[in-house]
Amino acid sequence: MTHSFLSALTPAIGKTVRAVARLRGGGTALPGRVIESIDSNFMARTLAQLPYGVVLVSGTNGKTTTTRIVSSMLEQLGLKVFTNPTGSNFTRGVVSALLDAVDMSGKLHADIAVLELDEAYAVHFVDKVQPRYALLLNVLRDQLDRFGEIDTTAKMLATVAKKTTGTVVLNREDPRIAALTDVVSQGANIAYYGLSDELVSFFPSDDTMYNSDDTEDSRNFTLSHYRPAAVTLTKVHNQQAQFEFADNASRYDTNLKLEGVYNAFNAAGALAIVEAIMNDVASAQSHEKNGDKSRANMHGDIIRAVSTVTPAFGRGESIIVNGDKVELILVKNPMGFRLALKSFDALNHKTMIVINDEYADGRDMSWLWDVDFTTLTDSGVEAVSGVRATDMALRLAYDEVPVRNVNDDINSCLEEFIASTRGVDKHIYCTYTAMLAVRKSLSQITHVEDAGL
Amino acid sequence: MTENTRELAIVSLYPKDMNIYGDTGNVKTIALRARLYGYEPRIYKYNVGDAWPEHVDLVLGGGGQDKGQAAISDDLFARSQKIHELAQAGVPMLLICGLYQLFGEYFETNEGVRLPGINVLGVHTVGQDTRMIGNLVEHNAQCGTIVGYENHSGQTFVHDDGTEPWAEVKADGTGNNGVDHTEGARKYNVIGTYMHGSVLPKNPQLADLLIRKAAEHRYGNFEPISTVEQAEELNRLNAMAKAAAQVAASRPR
Repeated sequence: MTHSFLSALTPAIGKTVRAVARLRGGGTALPGRVIESIDSNFMARTLAQLPYGVVLVSGTNGKTTTTRIVSSMLEQLGLKVFTNPTGSNFTRGVVSALLDAVDMSGKLHADIAVLELDEAYAVHFVDKVQPRYALLLNVLRDQLDRFGEIDTTAKMLATVAKKTTGTVVLNREDPRIAALTDVVSQGANIAYYGLSDELVSFFPSDDTMYNSDDTEDSRNFTLSHYRPAAVTLTKVHNQQAQFEFADNASRYDTNLKLEGVYNAFNAAGALAIVEAIMNDVASAQSHEKNGDKSRANMHGDIIRAVSTVTPAFGRGESIIVNGDKVELILVKNPMGFRLALKSFDALNHKTMIVINDEYADGRDMSWLWDVDFTTLTDSGVEAVSGVRATDMALRLAYDEVPVRNVNDDINSCLEEFIASTRGVDKHIYCTYTAMLAVRKSLSQITHVEDAGL
Repeated sequence: MTENTRELAIVSLYPKDMNIYGDTGNVKTIALRARLYGYEPRIYKYNVGDAWPEHVDLVLGGGGQDKGQAAISDDLFARSQKIHELAQAGVPMLLICGLYQLFGEYFETNEGVRLPGINVLGVHTVGQDTRMIGNLVEHNAQCGTIVGYENHSGQTFVHDDGTEPWAEVKADGTGNNGVDHTEGARKYNVIGTYMHGSVLPKNPQLADLLIRKAAEHRYGNFEPISTVEQAEELNRLNAMAKAAAQVAASRPR
């Protein structure tokens, strides 16, 4: 009796704490923390209302963008989607977002939830809420200062795969992810997404990245590459991509609004999970009202949906400053940085790199030494900034990349960079907190959309 | 090889399996600095099953995950005698984290199982649940202040058998074991340490010590021959390293 009385009050209490936290300029975690302590069942109870359950997206790289791709696609396809805001990929962030979304009676007006969760928090989450769908992207070295080893990270994702009840979508090109096949529960389905033979060398996995001499072994595919994929990325050039669906071997060419080859690959994962979800939706609805659609129709629909998705905050986001296009590119681990450098043409752009070492960025600078910067040798780097500007400058020096300006103060360095490179489009590579600082600084010069953080 | 090329043979030990987090930066640093001193660095990536190079003047090894350590263990034992001979002949070696542990006498896991090392360094390591993680500043008599980043769960203890602690750390809960304020170990010219970072770029004095010992091993002396441009580039790199090391030393753990 006391419990249900308290639970009924949860939305009101939570919303009040949230409003107060906002007034005080606080973050998104506080209301979540308050509610977790007074009503630990709130999240599970609320998410259990969803007719199509929870989609969990996790992995080292691309969570935010992929979550955005999946939720935008599902909305395009007519579902009402609850999702956690950009970057708040901790359970408390989910609770806080739920408090915003429920009405005073605690009802969540949505069909499905698409949640991005950090690997460590995903383990806590699946303990409370079993996802119906999981999309597991990759395991790469990142945040080793928190997790210790990448194999520890793989074990965390194994727990997620194990607890998922409906469909687990796995990246077959990442051997640590493909190996999770063995732990998926008996009643659940597995779908893979992958790359065509030609594209594999573009996306080295953690192992191949460190083993390649880039000569004779470039076709040294992992065995998991030969697993049948529900969706395969078969071509990618600029923002044009081609995807192949396994079930009728049809290929679709489409334009993407997302930049970077790695986002096209994330889109393949999103297509695979959306296909699984929409099949379930179609069979649920055909019970109700005979709304069955043909496979080809559905593929056409979901390809159209993916073509309209715009990038998430900071992930290849473009801002126009004084008429020049400025691309903000989030980098947080060696693989991401390496793929970003491959994706963005350096020669016709001016480049700035901003490296911070706050907790959210990772305190250890070792990762910079695992990125190959020689692609910047010809163009050079205009400006290096952030708390660890000196580390970054030293790193570039050892790859013999010329650097014009090193200044740890982001505001003045950015101002000088923008002023001295008028008329040329720009790339700014930044770590997480550096990205926040750069956006804030740019918003004093031009309009920058609120990222909702 | 012409008369003018002064080769230095550098072995990067197990780059496939023992490469965790940036220790490849050490190889880059040695290669570039050796060139700027007028030597011709030749890098041998030595992986499990490879042929051992004929000449070896310097050995660099990195950290690895448990899986990586298991993968190389047999091969390392097969090379143990060769490595002992090189160590006794004064060949400089820098072993980070996982290979530091494997160059010791043994590693005792949390479950009490003893995994033997190749016993070049008189140290042993005991597994513990808490990891020692964070920025670290240490002091070494020869190299002065060294900055880096430690990330290990084993507690390492240095034996009194001619092996010496490599450096001194101030704070409890840091360094070899969190207790005795030592970090790393040294015997002959073999240095084991927990310093990632990578350690050599920001601590060029340590890189130069290794290059000096390597040249002495191969040619009997260290004779840098740098052009004006090369000397300038070395000065520039040293100034940048100093600035980066100062920032690193000021950051929270």
